[in-house]
Amino acid sequence: MAAPMPRPCEQVSRLLRLTTAGSVDDGKSTLVGRLLHDTQSILADQLAAVDRATRARGGVELDLALLTDGLRAEREQGITIDVAYRYFATPTRKFVLADCPGHVQYTRNTVTGASTAELAVVLVDARNGLVEQTRRHLAVAAFLRVPHLVLAVNKMDLVDFDEPTFRRIESEFAVVARSLGVRDVVSVPVSALHGDNVAARSGRSTWYRGPTLLEHLEAVPTGREAVAEPMRFPVQLVLRPRTPEYPDYRGLAGRIASGVLEVGDDVIALPSGGRSTVTGIDTPDGPVLRATAGQSVTVLLADEIDAGRGEVLAHPAQAPRVVTELNADLCWLADRPLRAGARVLVKHGTRTVRAIVTELTGRLDLHTLLHTEPPTALELNEIGGARIRLAEPLAVDSYATDRHTGGFLVIDATDGNTLAAGLVGPDPARNTA
Amino acid sequence: MTAILTRGTSTDHLGALESEAVHIVREVVAEFDRPVLLFSGGKDSAVLLHVALRAFHPAPLPFPLLHVDTGHNFPEVIAYRDRLVAELGLRLYVAAVQEWIGDGRLTERPDGTRNPLQTVPLLDTITEHRFDAVFGGARRDEDRARAKERIVSLRDAFGGWDPRRQRPELWSLYNGRHTAGEHVRVFPLSNWTELDVWHYIARRDVPIPGIYYAHEREVFARDGMWLTAGEWGGPRRGERLLTKSVRYRTVGDASCTGAVESTAATIDEVLAEVAASRITERGATRADDRLSEAAMEDRKREGYF
Ligand SMILES: Nc1nc2c(ncn2[C@@H]2O[C@H](COP(=O)(O)OP(=O)(O)O)[C@@H](O)[C@H]2O)c(=O)[nH]1
Repeated sequence: MAAPMPRPCEQVSRLLRLTTAGSVDDGKSTLVGRLLHDTQSILADQLAAVDRATRARGGVELDLALLTDGLRAEREQGITIDVAYRYFATPTRKFVLADCPGHVQYTRNTVTGASTAELAVVLVDARNGLVEQTRRHLAVAAFLRVPHLVLAVNKMDLVDFDEPTFRRIESEFAVVARSLGVRDVVSVPVSALHGDNVAARSGRSTWYRGPTLLEHLEAVPTGREAVAEPMRFPVQLVLRPRTPEYPDYRGLAGRIASGVLEVGDDVIALPSGGRSTVTGIDTPDGPVLRATAGQSVTVLLADEIDAGRGEVLAHPAQAPRVVTELNADLCWLADRPLRAGARVLVKHGTRTVRAIVTELTGRLDLHTLLHTEPPTALELNEIGGARIRLAEPLAVDSYATDRHTGGFLVIDATDGNTLAAGLVGPDPARNTA
Repeated sequence: MTAILTRGTSTDHLGALESEAVHIVREVVAEFDRPVLLFSGGKDSAVLLHVALRAFHPAPLPFPLLHVDTGHNFPEVIAYRDRLVAELGLRLYVAAVQEWIGDGRLTERPDGTRNPLQTVPLLDTITEHRFDAVFGGARRDEDRARAKERIVSLRDAFGGWDPRRQRPELWSLYNGRHTAGEHVRVFPLSNWTELDVWHYIARRDVPIPGIYYAHEREVFARDGMWLTAGEWGGPRRGERLLTKSVRYRTVGDASCTGAVESTAATIDEVLAEVAASRITERGATRADDRLSEAAMEDRKREGYF
């Protein structure tokens, strides 16, 4: 089967997932609206609706913030209650933006947005510089290991595009970022309201030689990190067609979480421990010799080992560790506080196991990313360390080494609600995380 | 068939969106007892079905389809649906709004529009067949309420959507736990845009009903849209029938789904037109979504798709 020919008007572009964070009134809605507007992602009828809404509120100039207005309750109360997803594209890239409200339930939302993001845009108001909220946003992004950070210093028009103001905020931010272990930070002076340095270079900040926000979003490398990590293939289900055409077909369906898998690779299935060799990688377009992080494929093995749902395939030399106890950080997302002794479910990869939180080991100080004394309870939006005993083993990685296989959910066994985002801690058997 | 190293299109943005959708569909099939796929015959459900077929290839599709039939159909769409089901050997359930009207469980609206009447037959059918996961082709770029929808979204026994009770959705771990009487709606195409859907149809040669391509049709103008002449409410006195070259951007209740003037008769021409288009598909062609700024939000709360 030949690879399909690209169509004349089809561009090959990559997907970048990003998230935004800023405290109230820093101009986050305006910035998101500006990005949508300047990439022509807003269509005529939506613009007309915003224009009507702007006039209804007595405004004259198009209020870009209204473009991202959400549910009626939010509009009526002038607040944002939930993460919203926005889509825009340039000729070379397509963007999925998790737009996170900056207040109420704020950690819950930012953690959600940051969990899938490869880049986070943190906004500050040029007149105020770094505030308490900025540090928290930065800490959450660092905690969830978002690989790329952008500081957008907004409302530069209100400080006359003053370079020293920008540089002061930029270096203050860099210090905090470094202390949190974030390396890739780019700062951009913008005016979301007027569009300076968002999609178009500003004539009012000639001293700034860096990229516009959009140029940077288009240039930042994507997906590379996941491909470099050890290979992990969580098995979702076993395909056994048993049709006349495929009487003996037995394929392991799943999505490569990280790394690269090739035909001929020796693999181990964990936690069960069975070993085999990859004889084929199937896609609906036919077999391939190699598949990389993010791809959904079906894997064929030489032997019928026990590798159903819940198992993870890995290369034996770089296998995840199999544990019955987790040391983890939990970001608590439920109203009811967490106390030691809680019986829960842990969902990791394609496996869900019963578990008991045996101990709370500390609360995370979002300023320092250090743990304080063990708390008696973990409240909504707090992050803390916990020890969790598992009823059955899990094959895990430290979140610090693999974002894709180091995260898990804590679920209420009774009502099924998601209680916490969990991040697997460092391997106690190793000195380095 | 010889294996190739990596296929050129599998890691670009469309490949990434497809892999994400395949992962979601497989997760739901692995964790739920009785999934079903809502199939309207529209392009989004056609793409969703195509993705689902690919997710289980070479095994057959492990769940049935459900069509909530307004009775106000484009004959081309029903013919397309039946052909597809027969060719692929799929199972199809049909919940006909007319039946609910016939036995009094629903009453016809004064304006004759049936899109809003789909909710009750949908919920009744979900209950009757004990479906616990319902796949839909909705996308987040369609509407401001949809922008906040989860990929796996919990519904109570009344099918209601409570935006404040939504579970946070982290990484690609989907929590579909539910209690008896509850079910989940699953939207594997959440992160696709209209343009992505068209690119995918082009790339994979996804079969769609012919009315998405330009054709000659007798239409009349109402509320700034071209509506097709039919047995349901049109044309009224004073509304003049014209023959125009048109195509549809969405297919729904034929009495309130409008066509756009177009000469785009091939997929590449449609793609070019969609790429250049300055009006969102719902705004252009769905009278029911123009009723109020929060139309979709209201219908979702009541259990609509
Ligand atoms: N002068 C100026 N005002 C801005 C800029 N960006 C946003 N604003 C204004 O700041 C206010 C808050 O903006 P909004 O986007 O709603 O903030 P959010 O709460 O962070 O979403 C609004 O009145 C905006 O018009 C900017 O770059 N320059």
